[in-house]
Amino acid sequence: MIPLSAYGKAENIHGPIIGRVAFHGVEPSVRNDHVRVLRSSDRAADLCGYAAVLAEGYVTARELPLVHSVSVDHLGPGDVVAVDPRGHVRTLYRRASPHNSIFATDRCNSFCLMCSQPPKNVDDQWRVAEHLRLVDLIDPATTELGISGGEPALLKDGLIDIVARCKERLPQTALHILSNGRVFSYRRFAAKLGAVGHPDLMIGVPLYSDIDDRHDYVVQARGAFDETLIGLHNLGAAGVPVEIRVVVHALTWERLPQIAEFVYRNLTFASHVTFMGLEMMGFAVPNLELLWIDPWDYRDKLAEATLFFATRGVPVSVYNHQLCTVPETIWPYCRKSISDWKNEYVAACNGCEVREHCGGFFSSVANRRTSRHIQAMAADLTARTEC
Amino acid sequence: MKLVFHRPDHFRPTNRTSTYRPLPFRFMRWPGGEVLLTNDVGEFIFLPTDAFSAFAEQRLTNTCAVYAELKAKHFLHDSASTVPLQLLATKYRTKKSFLEGFTSLHMFVVTLRCDHSCPYCQVSRVNEDRTRFDMSIETADRSIELMFQSPSSALKVEFQGGESLLNFDLIKWIVNRVRERNKTEGRDIQFVVATNLAPLTDEILAFCADHGIYLSTSLDGPEFLHNRNRPRPGGNSHQVAIANLAKARTALGHDRVSALMTTTEASLRYPKEIIDEYVARGFDSIFLRALSPYGFAVRSRMAFRYETVQFVDFYNAGLDHIIELNRRGTPIIEVYTQLLLQKMLTPFATGYVDLQSPTGAGIAAVVYNYDGDVYASDEARMLAEMGDTSFRLGNVHQDSYASIFGGARLKAIVEGSCLETMPGCSECAFAPYCGADPVLNWATQGDPIGHRPTSAFCAKQMAVFRRLFDLLRNGDAFTRELLVRWATQVDTREAVA
Repeated sequence: MIPLSAYGKAENIHGPIIGRVAFHGVEPSVRNDHVRVLRSSDRAADLCGYAAVLAEGYVTARELPLVHSVSVDHLGPGDVVAVDPRGHVRTLYRRASPHNSIFATDRCNSFCLMCSQPPKNVDDQWRVAEHLRLVDLIDPATTELGISGGEPALLKDGLIDIVARCKERLPQTALHILSNGRVFSYRRFAAKLGAVGHPDLMIGVPLYSDIDDRHDYVVQARGAFDETLIGLHNLGAAGVPVEIRVVVHALTWERLPQIAEFVYRNLTFASHVTFMGLEMMGFAVPNLELLWIDPWDYRDKLAEATLFFATRGVPVSVYNHQLCTVPETIWPYCRKSISDWKNEYVAACNGCEVREHCGGFFSSVANRRTSRHIQAMAADLTARTEC
Repeated sequence: MKLVFHRPDHFRPTNRTSTYRPLPFRFMRWPGGEVLLTNDVGEFIFLPTDAFSAFAEQRLTNTCAVYAELKAKHFLHDSASTVPLQLLATKYRTKKSFLEGFTSLHMFVVTLRCDHSCPYCQVSRVNEDRTRFDMSIETADRSIELMFQSPSSALKVEFQGGESLLNFDLIKWIVNRVRERNKTEGRDIQFVVATNLAPLTDEILAFCADHGIYLSTSLDGPEFLHNRNRPRPGGNSHQVAIANLAKARTALGHDRVSALMTTTEASLRYPKEIIDEYVARGFDSIFLRALSPYGFAVRSRMAFRYETVQFVDFYNAGLDHIIELNRRGTPIIEVYTQLLLQKMLTPFATGYVDLQSPTGAGIAAVVYNYDGDVYASDEARMLAEMGDTSFRLGNVHQDSYASIFGGARLKAIVEGSCLETMPGCSECAFAPYCGADPVLNWATQGDPIGHRPTSAFCAKQMAVFRRLFDLLRNGDAFTRELLVRWATQVDTREAVA
C-alpha cells in the first residue's frame, strides 16, 4: 500500500498550500505553482519564490513556508500535494498512477451500509477552491481522473465548475464521477452538467436492486431509489454518459439477474454496467456479518447477470473479484480495477500463474475475510481467455 | 458517535397487501395451469393460476417472490411515487419510437413491365409497350418532391416493379436527382433496387457500386420450385438469378444483395429444401413469409384459412430446421422470428413497417405508383390492380403532401389500425408484440378492422407467438440462447473477443 500522506514540522505556514512537486529547481516565474522537495543529500539550493518547501532532513528558514523532517520517498515529480499548518502533507494527485481522484466532499445524502468512505456532516464547500487549484496543477497528459466523495453533486454548482475547469485545463483527460445520482433528479442540475459539454465524461451511479425498498435499505435513505432513477434519466436526457454500478454482497446478490433485466429495460441509455466486489472498509466493517457472502457462493448469479449484458451488446465489467472465485466464462469481463495504492495479494496467490491478469484484493480485504476458494490457478486457463 | 442503521421494514410500505394497485396489463391462459401476463411495453411474466388470482384480487403479500417480480416489471405499483409511471412512459415512448420519424420508406414503382409471369403477382405486365406502364420523369420528379417533404431524417428509396431494372434509365435519373437534392437536405439516404436480377448488366452494376445501392432479389427455393413459382421465357429463372447473384456480389459486396422468398401453395411441402437453398447460396438469413392473400383473393375465406394452418406447419418445420442448422454450426437467422423476438425480449422498437400498431402503412412506408397514384403500402397497390382503390391516398400530380399524408383517408387507416382499440386485439396478451394490417383485413374480410376469430392472419400470429414463448421457456439451452442472440443481434463470440 502506497502512503498518501506524511507528517513533518511546519514553519511559516498559515493556511493550506497546494503545489506541484519539484525535485529540481524550476523557473522563477512558475515557482509559485511548485512545492520544492529537498532530499537530505541535496546541496543548498535557491528556494526563493516556491509555494512551499518540503525537506527530508532538518532545515530552518526565516520566512519560507516549510515542512521539515518529513518523509518524501512516496512523492514523485509532477505529483500535487497540499501542505497545512500542522505539517500534514497530503498527496492529492500522483502523476505516475492511473488511478487519481478528486475527493470532492465528505458529505453524503445517503448512508450506505457498506460505505467505504463514511460521510461526515461538515460544511466543506470551501474545498471547491482547492479542487479548482488542483485541476490547474494536474499534468494535462493524465489519461484518467475520478471525482468521488462523499456525494460530489452536493457541491452543486461547485461540481459544475470543477467539470468545466477539467474541460478547459485537461481536455485529454477522461473524467469519471462517482455519484448516487439523487441530486440529478433536479432536471436543471443534470442539464447544467450536460451543458458543460465535457468531451469525455462518465458518471458512475450505484443501483442495488430492481425493487425500491431494497435499494433504499442498502443506501439507508427512503426515496433514494426513485431519486436515483429520475436522476439517471435526467442525465441520459442531458447527454451525459452513465455507468451503472452494482456492489455485490449478501443483500444484493440474489437478484443480480433481475437487476440486469431491470437495467436493460429501464436504463437503455447506460453506457457501461459494472458488478463490484465488496470493499471491506468504512461501514462495511461494523456491518460485515450483514453483508458478507463468499463470492464463490454467488458466482452463478454473477455470471448470469454479466453474460446477460454481454449477449445484449451492453458493455459490462466485473470489478474487485479474484479470478479464482468466478466462472471462467466471465473472465474476459473481469478488470484489474483496484487502485494501485490499495491493491494486494494473499499467501494463497503465491505460484498463481494468472496473477498478473487478476485484480487481487483491496488491502482492506486481504487482512479481513476472503473467499474460501482463493487458490493458485494454472496458466493453461489463461491461454483460453487471452482472446 | 453511535452508528444507527435502519432495518429493512423501515423502507417498506407498512400495510402488507391492500396498498398495491395493478398497472395496465393483459393476460392469457396458458396450458398447464399457468397464465401469461404482458404489459404495453412488452415485459411479460408467467404465473401459476393461483398466484395470478391472488394478484388480480389484490391478495398478494409484499414479501412473496412473485410480488417483487410483478413490481420490478411494472405490473403493480405500491407507493405514492410517480416514478414507476415515469419509467413506464419512457419505455412506452421507446417501444413506439418507430412513429417519431414519420414516413421513411418510399417505394417508387418505376415500371410494371416484367419478363417473368409469376402467378402470385397481381401487377406485372409482360410485353407491354414502354410508355403505358413506365413511370414518367415528371411523375418521378413530383414523387421526389413529396418524399423530401417527409420530416424523416432517414429516407430509404426502394425501386419496385414490375421488373424495376427494365426502366433502369429512370432509376439512374432518380438516384442522381435525389443525390443532388440531398446536398442541401442532408438526409441519411439509402437506395434499394428490388429486382429479379435477369436484366442485370455490367453497366447497371457499375452504377450501383458507385452509389452504394443495395439489391433485393427473389429466391423462392431450389430450382424446381423457384422455376415453378417464377416462370419466364426459357423456364430458367433460377439459373439466371443464381448466376447474376454471384456477379452482383462480386461487384457490390456479398452483403449488398439480399433475397426474399414468397411462400406459395407449392412451397408448403418444402421448408427444408427452401432453407437449404438459402444456405447453399451463402445467405445468413431467410424470411419465411406468410402466404400472400392477394393472389388468392378470388378464393373463399375458408380456403385461405386452411392454407394458413398449413403455413404454420411449414413455419414450425422451417424454424426447427434452422435451429438444427445453427446447432450444427451453420449460422442462419429466420428473420420474422427475429423481428418478433426483438419485440418480446428487448425494450426497443423494430423498423419493420408491416407489423406495427398503428400500422406503418402511409406513416412509415408509402408507394408512388408508375402512374402517380400514391398508395399506403405495396399490398394496397396490388389491391388497386385488382380493381380496389380503397387505400389510394392521392396522386402526385393532383394532391399536396398535406392532403396525401394528412388527409382523411390516411387518418382513417391509422385510426383504425391501433391494436390497443381493436376488438379481439385490445385484450390479447400478444398485442404488445403484434401489429395491425388493415389492407389485409380489407382484402380478406371486407373490413379494415377485421374479425379476429375468422382471421387467418390472427390464427397465424397466435400460433407463432405460442411457439416462441414455448421455445423460450422449454427449449433446450442452445435454442434459448440462439433466440436471445437473434433478438439482441449480438454475436457473443465477437463480444468476448
